[in-house]
Amino acid sequence: MSKSRALRRLARSLPTDALITDARAVRPFETDGLTAIRERPWAVALPANVAEVRAVLRICREERVPVVARGAGTGLSGGARPHKHGVLLTLSKMNRVKQVDVDAATATVEPGVANLAISDAVREHGLYYAPDPSSQIACSIGGNVAENAGGVHCLKYGLTVHNVLGVRVETIGGEELVLGGTGLAQPGLDMLAVMIGSEGMLGVITEVTVKLLPLPAARRVLLAAFDSLAAAGEAVGAIIAAGILPAGLEMMDNLAIRAAEDFAAAGYPRDAAAILLCELDGSAAQVRADGAQVLQLLTAGGATVRVADDAAERERLWKGRKAAFPAMGRLAPDYYCMDGTIPRAKLAEVLGEIATLAADQGLRVANVFHAGDGNLHPLILYDASAPGEAARAHALGGAILGVCVRAGGTVTGEHGVGAEKLDAMCEQFSAAELAQFHRLKAAFDPLGLLNPGKAVPTLARCSELGGMHVHGGQLPHAHLSRF
Amino acid sequence: MDAASALAAAVDKARRAGRRLAVIGHGSKPWPRAAACAQPLSTLAHTGIVDYRPNELVLTARAGTPLAEVAAAVAAEGQLLPFDPPRFGPTALGDGTFGGAIASGLAGPARPWRGGARDAVLGVEVVNGLGERLRFGGTVMKNVAGYDVSRLLTGSAGALGVILSASVRLLPAPQEEATCRVACDAAEAAALCRKWARRPLPITATCWVAGALRVRLSGSAAAIAAARTEMALRCEDDPALWDAVRDHRHPFFKAAHLTRLSLPLGVRLTRQDALIEWGGCQAWLTAPPPETLPAGAFATPFRGAAPPPTPAGPVAQYAERLRRAFDPEGVFAAPSAAAAGPTVACSSDCAQA
Repeated sequence: MSKSRALRRLARSLPTDALITDARAVRPFETDGLTAIRERPWAVALPANVAEVRAVLRICREERVPVVARGAGTGLSGGARPHKHGVLLTLSKMNRVKQVDVDAATATVEPGVANLAISDAVREHGLYYAPDPSSQIACSIGGNVAENAGGVHCLKYGLTVHNVLGVRVETIGGEELVLGGTGLAQPGLDMLAVMIGSEGMLGVITEVTVKLLPLPAARRVLLAAFDSLAAAGEAVGAIIAAGILPAGLEMMDNLAIRAAEDFAAAGYPRDAAAILLCELDGSAAQVRADGAQVLQLLTAGGATVRVADDAAERERLWKGRKAAFPAMGRLAPDYYCMDGTIPRAKLAEVLGEIATLAADQGLRVANVFHAGDGNLHPLILYDASAPGEAARAHALGGAILGVCVRAGGTVTGEHGVGAEKLDAMCEQFSAAELAQFHRLKAAFDPLGLLNPGKAVPTLARCSELGGMHVHGGQLPHAHLSRF
Repeated sequence: MDAASALAAAVDKARRAGRRLAVIGHGSKPWPRAAACAQPLSTLAHTGIVDYRPNELVLTARAGTPLAEVAAAVAAEGQLLPFDPPRFGPTALGDGTFGGAIASGLAGPARPWRGGARDAVLGVEVVNGLGERLRFGGTVMKNVAGYDVSRLLTGSAGALGVILSASVRLLPAPQEEATCRVACDAAEAAALCRKWARRPLPITATCWVAGALRVRLSGSAAAIAAARTEMALRCEDDPALWDAVRDHRHPFFKAAHLTRLSLPLGVRLTRQDALIEWGGCQAWLTAPPPETLPAGAFATPFRGAAPPPTPAGPVAQYAERLRRAFDPEGVFAAPSAAAAGPTVACSSDCAQA
């Protein structure tokens, strides 16, 4: 692995504006949305087409140089943090919508196209792309595929994996894989499903074909205020039990409500212990029927309810929820956003445990929650300039993920493991399961050059943490190589 | 009944002895299956619904549980399996297991609207070719920890391991349903489906066969009535059609040859001798696979024809590497054919295995 030779070869193979090696110019790329983790790569490559992607991968393979793919850099788990002895492969220049097939209701796009840009491009045909992560103005579809991004409408419309029909992938071995297609079945193994959410560990996405949906004819948003978190949690269960599938079902706790209200003036009741935002969509008749039933269930559950049918009022109700993250800036200089998922029934119990853990660390936690699908985003408030606070916030984050795993949930619902949650993975998976992940990775990338050190912890790391049961000091299948 | 340890032990024993195994449930799937040289490994001792929480819309069941039992349990709570898996047969053993539904990845008439098996699967427990019991995914809707092995195993036809149990997401059953009929030829049916697909209508199934298009609408009574007016659907028809088509009990399927055509979205077949469902995305022919197909389409012989040739190229090469990552010693029979499709044939190399 010779840095100078690799950079020389890259410079020869790419246009001058497609390679950045100057240390100052590289600096904006040293982190993604998880800014606590930074690393400066040897170089940033900005290919404009598949041939240039292929050239970068070939040179990196031949020179044994790690490659980290990056979309818009909005990820929250450090998945696109560069490798300090590697190349950062930024796909933002590949941002064309290649084809919209209105009859098929599909769009084929390059990986650098922003999530919202897809819906913008097809709105004139009465269509849209359903997954809507909160960063949808900026985040790229390639990054969405890499992280299996979610959003606030997953309960009804699913995650990225449910809305992507096919991808083209460049492997580090130099092959192009066309996975999935434009239909609803594929012969053979579902390699598309494995590629989605693989965090840049298996290949580089160069094209994505997404499914589009007809825009709903009607929407209604209900805002329900509760005087306890438990009552709000029960109302969620009651709505699901009644056979209603809301498009979105969001919960916020009191600290999050007050912060959002101070920031966005959405008209949230500042004294409520919890609010639920319930969005219904569909045909006008269906929304009317479901709306009446939800209103009745919420009222019966002890809530004070406001109903919004017109676009402006719906927007206002959503504004507070959407401002929840930036609003945290008013409460503390820094916040650390967690991403556990739990079975909905455990909500009150888990929030109680989080409050206890936070008190132990002397930190405050605001909770916003994709209540419909059990995805919890505790926001740990801290001040990085206060001695020891960052470390306490990190420790609290780890403890919260432990609570999620023990409640029968998972350490990451939609943000990915990245560089951030490797330790938590040791708690969630056994040594044999992690070894299976490593073998899967090696099937695509035997040299371990794609995004090394992310997504799946080494068995050695887990055993050092004591987070993994290693019998008699023996790792399973000691003859297999590890990455 | 929990037979997970016995299944894991059987795999380990076969691995040590250099024998091959073919995982089997009720044996209700119609394609030719076990290689003569592979020993069948039955999942039927591993049964039971392990966990069902209607309020969470999640069910976990063991592989050998009869599909009928799972379907009845969720129906009793006013819910349904979104991918509505077919129940072929029945054989002497039954008309399909839950594990078989996951391993085959087949889906019923609502596939384009409610998703396929892989869309519903949230987690699996599996025995890989090394005889290890592994869990992937979980019981929650959103879970991106680790590679998505649960969905890779869905539809893998036993090529990667023995699925011990799976957790699936459920959907509330609709308040009302209506099945409507329009007399038309295949081309007119294709045009109607194309028109409807552009609008937010409560369609959950379509089926064109022998000069009539049937459409199923689901939702509140008011929503169905409004959609019927908008779509100009006047005639009601028998809703029993949907299960009959799903399970191949419909008279159309009584033929020596049966071929499934999987078509890209937007490409619509207009053959008058076909049964066309999924809004045009899946069609059935009572004939061997046609010589030529539209771009992006593929044919799967279900009955009476030779299995499709193993695909070549880099995707097949990576699929084979992936298979070896789960089953390095080749315990699960006929690896190359299994990785390529649901058809498992015995290859000549098994004599050495």
